[in-house]
Amino acid sequence: MKQILSVSGYLALREIWRNRGRFLLVSLVIALITLLVLFIAALGEGLGNGNREYISKLNGELIVYQAKSDFLIQASRLGTDRVAEVRDVDGVEGAGMIGTSNATLILDGDEETLKVALLGVEPGQVGEPTVVEGRQLSGVSAEEVIIDRNTALRTDLSAGSQLTLRVTQGTEDVFFTLEIVGVSDGQQYGLQPSVMAPFLTWDRIRPQSEAELNFADATANIIAVKLDDPNNIDTVRQNIVNRIDKVEVATLKESIQALPGYSAQQSTLNTQGGFTLFIGILVIGGFFQIQLLQKVPQIGVLKAIGTSNPVVAAASVIQIVAITVIGVVIGGLLTLLFSLTFPPTVPIVFNGTTSAIALVALLLIGPLGGLVSIRYAVRIEPLKALGLSS
Amino acid sequence: MNTNTNTNYALETHSVVKQYQADAGTIYAVNEVSLQVKAGEFVALVGPSGSGKTTMLSILAALLKPSSGQILLDGQDLAGMSDAERVSMRREKIGFTFQANNLVPYLSAVENVELMLRLTNRLDKAGKLRARELLARLGLGERLNNLPGQMSGGQQQRVAIARALIHNPSLVLADEPTASLDTERAYQVVETFAGLIHEQNRAGIMVTHDLRMCEYVDRVLQMRDGKLVKEYTTRDEIMQLVRGGRNQ
Repeated sequence: MKQILSVSGYLALREIWRNRGRFLLVSLVIALITLLVLFIAALGEGLGNGNREYISKLNGELIVYQAKSDFLIQASRLGTDRVAEVRDVDGVEGAGMIGTSNATLILDGDEETLKVALLGVEPGQVGEPTVVEGRQLSGVSAEEVIIDRNTALRTDLSAGSQLTLRVTQGTEDVFFTLEIVGVSDGQQYGLQPSVMAPFLTWDRIRPQSEAELNFADATANIIAVKLDDPNNIDTVRQNIVNRIDKVEVATLKESIQALPGYSAQQSTLNTQGGFTLFIGILVIGGFFQIQLLQKVPQIGVLKAIGTSNPVVAAASVIQIVAITVIGVVIGGLLTLLFSLTFPPTVPIVFNGTTSAIALVALLLIGPLGGLVSIRYAVRIEPLKALGLSS
Repeated sequence: MNTNTNTNYALETHSVVKQYQADAGTIYAVNEVSLQVKAGEFVALVGPSGSGKTTMLSILAALLKPSSGQILLDGQDLAGMSDAERVSMRREKIGFTFQANNLVPYLSAVENVELMLRLTNRLDKAGKLRARELLARLGLGERLNNLPGQMSGGQQQRVAIARALIHNPSLVLADEPTASLDTERAYQVVETFAGLIHEQNRAGIMVTHDLRMCEYVDRVLQMRDGKLVKEYTTRDEIMQLVRGGRNQ
């Protein structure tokens, strides 16, 4: 085995070195495929993250929706009395109402604006993100907000500064100025940076129709639930449905999958990534096959002088793996370089796991693409290759 | 697979047959060929196109299995060996030069020669030195690090000769080694080849259609229609054949 690896490694690397220009071009093709695949993966992660970040980081395990809302947050309406009922269910440690809407953040004297997700949360309850700077919300009606890191990055706002929101209530644009008391980590929702207001404050400042303005009772969209023991998730879920009328309950994962466009978006991007890898396999396979066809006499000589098939096959594998690794490394470095130039508004997130999966898939495309040529190399008959067959 | 023999021959064949089935019936590419070559003897295998000499050479090189018969190389029967055993025999006991495309294009002259030592796991300091000395003797001392593409056809053939001899094989085979060379270079290559075979005491067989190249061999075997039809053993007979070749 050592002898096979020694000879095949020598042959493979010598050939690469003596034809480094040609092999570098192939590595660059692999690098471009790597760049494309990593960006698609990062875009998928970024878009997915922008959609689900707030929900995925909730400090709870279950979400309660209005019955028949099909786990659509916008379609769900829950009265404030429901949260008390949820808190009474066995196995529930805590529950918090969450309201969702949109608003426009006014920057630099009305000249610039930023669309944000305006979320209503109960201070000290499930749904209020932990701040990394400043303090938590103080009361359910306080004139204050927490902004997420994305809002802070895009606006230069920080804890202690004032923030002005523009919303449409009835037919009028209304402006609300609130104090930023804390900054949380990234909490994007609906692909927008977010501003979290105390629940009753949120209910007062959110966009509302004329009819809603005259409706006295606050209404949440969902209730986030934290369990005493997350292992009892199925039991508690059933308890909530049994004890409370007209609600349905989803896990965080189910809620994320039900976010509008989330599944379609992710499957589209995954398909794109898959196709790019597939094209990569064909391109690499095609290159190595063409190269092998040009090398038939040379492999014939090698076999005629006593080079065994395992050496020929191992040389092909080593060559393909080396070229692929070089290409993937160059592609990875290019991706890193490009990613540094993107502004925070571009939804690209390089997640370790996603990137690692993409890199492993990329490292496999070379050997997969080269399988046909390796098989072909092993089957070359030295007699035919040297023109000695009659 | 060992077969006991009582002869001093490096190579012996007994009634070697290679037959193919064709629409017109059975074709005998090689038909009942028996020959012997001693160590230190250089033999030419000649004959017109289609006479079976290349097929016979392929069988002797363990590249092709005969339909029947025995090929004993150092007492081991190539005919009864598995594919892997024949690959091993080619690596260990046989040296080979071809008409063209002889060398691995991405290895330098010295690397091509050393390759045989690598394949047989015998590449050490002494082996590397021997490869350089052999190339120097063949007039390629200044070309050690040249790639095949940077050498002439004659120089490439001489590198191939060095590669065929470096691992001390029992049998050295050459298939039309002068086919792509001009006359002067062709004589040089065959003369060098013959000299080394005699000096290193190897059994050598050269297939050629150019009878002039037989000047340097010890014996000539003539094939026609797959059979050995004539053997030229004396110097007079061989030189007469060579003169016939010159007059062609």
